[in-house]
Amino acid sequence: MKYVLKKFITLIITLLCISAITFGAFSIIPGDAAVSKLGVNASPQQVEALRQEMGLDDPILQRYGRWLSGAVRGDFGDSYQYDNTTVASLLSDRLPVTAMLSVMSFLLILVIAFPLGILSARFSGRGPDIGMNLVTQVIMAVPSFFLGILLTYLFGLVLHWFQPGQFVQPDEDLGACLCYLVFPAIAIALPKIAMVVKFLRNSVLAEMEKDYVRTAYSRGNTKSSVLYRHVLKNAFIPVITFLALLIAEILAGSIIVEQVFSVPGVGRLLITAILNRDYPVVQAVVMYVTALVVVINFLVDLLYQAVDPRIKAGG
Amino acid sequence: MKKKALKKLLSLVMVLTVAVALCACGGDKSTDDAADSSTPAGTEETEEAEESAEAADNNSSQTGEPTTGGSVTVGMTQDLVSLDPHVISDAGTRSVVFNLYEGLVKPTTEGELVPAIASDYEISEDAKVYTFTLRDGVTFHDGSEVTVEDVKYSIERYAEIYGESSALSIILEEVVADSENNTVELHLTEGNSELLPELTLGIIPASNEDPAGNPIGTGPFQYVSYTPGQNLVISRYDGYWNTEKMAYLDEVTFKFVADVETAYMELQAGTLDILDYLTTDQVETLADGYTVAEGSMNMVQGMFLNSGSGPLSDARVRQALNYAVDTQSINDFLFGGKSKKIGTHMLTSMTQYYNADTENVYSYDPQKAMELLAEAGYADGFDLTITVPSSYSQHVSTAEIIVENLRAVNINATIELVEWNTWLTEVYMGGNFEATVIAFDGTLAPSDWLERFCSDSAENFMHYSNEEFDALYEQAYSAVDQEEKSQYYRDAEMILAEDAANVYIQEPADFVGIKEELGGYSFYPTAAYDMSTIYYKAAE
Repeated sequence: MKYVLKKFITLIITLLCISAITFGAFSIIPGDAAVSKLGVNASPQQVEALRQEMGLDDPILQRYGRWLSGAVRGDFGDSYQYDNTTVASLLSDRLPVTAMLSVMSFLLILVIAFPLGILSARFSGRGPDIGMNLVTQVIMAVPSFFLGILLTYLFGLVLHWFQPGQFVQPDEDLGACLCYLVFPAIAIALPKIAMVVKFLRNSVLAEMEKDYVRTAYSRGNTKSSVLYRHVLKNAFIPVITFLALLIAEILAGSIIVEQVFSVPGVGRLLITAILNRDYPVVQAVVMYVTALVVVINFLVDLLYQAVDPRIKAGG
Repeated sequence: MKKKALKKLLSLVMVLTVAVALCACGGDKSTDDAADSSTPAGTEETEEAEESAEAADNNSSQTGEPTTGGSVTVGMTQDLVSLDPHVISDAGTRSVVFNLYEGLVKPTTEGELVPAIASDYEISEDAKVYTFTLRDGVTFHDGSEVTVEDVKYSIERYAEIYGESSALSIILEEVVADSENNTVELHLTEGNSELLPELTLGIIPASNEDPAGNPIGTGPFQYVSYTPGQNLVISRYDGYWNTEKMAYLDEVTFKFVADVETAYMELQAGTLDILDYLTTDQVETLADGYTVAEGSMNMVQGMFLNSGSGPLSDARVRQALNYAVDTQSINDFLFGGKSKKIGTHMLTSMTQYYNADTENVYSYDPQKAMELLAEAGYADGFDLTITVPSSYSQHVSTAEIIVENLRAVNINATIELVEWNTWLTEVYMGGNFEATVIAFDGTLAPSDWLERFCSDSAENFMHYSNEEFDALYEQAYSAVDQEEKSQYYRDAEMILAEDAANVYIQEPADFVGIKEELGGYSFYPTAAYDMSTIYYKAAE
């Protein structure tokens, strides 16, 4: 219980720091929501008037205070960009989409990377391992957005396995929505799969050098029984940490990939909001993502214990 | 125990993945079906192709018998500013809401203003009183009839929101609604004969409290739904007053796509039926099954100069830049030579006001440019920074060509790429730049284009100042006689050219990719995506 409380306080402090940094960054970069909204069709006086209406002229601390007092009550305010639209309503449409996309990418990573990583370790130095090494090396070097464009071209335009841009809202048809998300998920997952394969392979090989492995062999165990019954458990621990870090990267990857596949998720919302200087939306998205990453890290801590009880929570 | 937990976890993961994979397979079928059903059955492909080839040659796709029904998705790489017709917005937004709202008058494809909600109008001799007679039987999308009170309300609301950005707002004395005679009179504090373009302002019901969230107009299409960042859906309004110009399509979706490349892929995939602003590369690679309509972006692209900064304050230097920049090669390279050459800050399609002689003031002549530079004391050239918004690839490419052109006359130009909002703040609002490549749009009112060159204009970010221009603009603006007015404006435009306010490059060509089953796409000389004329061609 004390452990959970401690984690919760960490979360609050992290959120405060991040929100202050985002706020600060936004007051430094040129342009604001009023300029963005009126563009080249208005006079500077009108921009100034809109600025006052939006409260953008107030001192930064006052604006931050105003935002904070709303945020603690769970009210992220109204969007600057869209008339009569609350930030909450913008987010509530998009969070599920990004959540599904991220979970799907994560599952793909688990399902594909683990067997391949173990395989690679098992055949280390031989054909399958060398081949795998080559492939992973190449895939790791390809950025997600480029992979996204390649996938859209190949599976969308050449093979017609899916129709680029024809996203279906989850509340309309969940199945069709998930189907559409498969390819963006692959675009996010592939480079990460390559990383996990490499990481797991090295982790297993490092573990194989340990004394207990020699002992296990000396007791007459076969190679595979040593691998599956002794080594893997230990080799998984660093991999779990790595996976936790990956979740943050998956979220970052989805921001880019959502653009390429026209997936109306949080990432696309965030980019549009930054371009339009729609500050309340940016702040809310950043808060959600931060909270998510912190919470997931907490869950990973718990997962350690499930895998290895020697690790004490909060220790 | 631990082993079991791990195994359970892994098997759960496996099951989920299989489920996902299965769903993916099922999905292929459904999307295929959807694609099939959206194409009209039994089209004769070869004939269609021939027809569309012809259509492309004629710069329009108006062949094949129109049919009623069907739905179309139009791609846009920007979101809308607002659905409220009276809010100051950009060309993209105005083009879209064109379908929902109408003014007392509305533009034709030729740029003429014809009566819409008004059946007739009259402008007094001194241009101080505009009298509009309302058309009978015009209804709003909610079914209620348009009254003179609604018109009065709309004009006053527009005037209040636009403030000093609108000539109408500045000189509007009062709006008199006469329900007896069904007329609306606009009384002005001073005569102005070019207010008609502003009276295309959308007429909305006075009773509607939320024009942005619940848009109600009188146009051929009515509002269905708007999802920020995703799409706007509109459907045909069956009660439209102009029964001869009823929309063919049942429904139109404007889909907002994050970037140009993605939009192009979605066009190829058939998710989008219509997409404008294609590049020449895209036009060339566009597969069969599409026609490309060619029109104008209705914008004036140029290298705009800060006349208040360093060497650029010398007219000879600005003239030298005009001789040094090879506008034809920019046009050839970026638009396959399809853009219109311009010589001043006015659209060529506004024939009444456009001064075509300005096109011949300069020619590509680096030698002449060197001479002028030497005369101005810059024989060895100077450094020039061209600030360009990075999101507009055409402007970036244009700037790259300009840099090469200027190097030939010893001017050391460098490109500074900035993000759009930074551009707006630093260059446009702050006037903090040396040169920039950008394109401006405007309304059908000539003053809307030229006002920003007056010394005291709030929108004169170029710090351009020329007494002669100011005087001519003033005369043109206040002239009531149409002939006289046009002449003054043309003279003023000539000053912009001769004094080399900027380097005017082109009126960029607009290539629109259209699915070949569709016909009736039309270009307007002002911001308008007219969806009411678009139809699915009949199968023979």
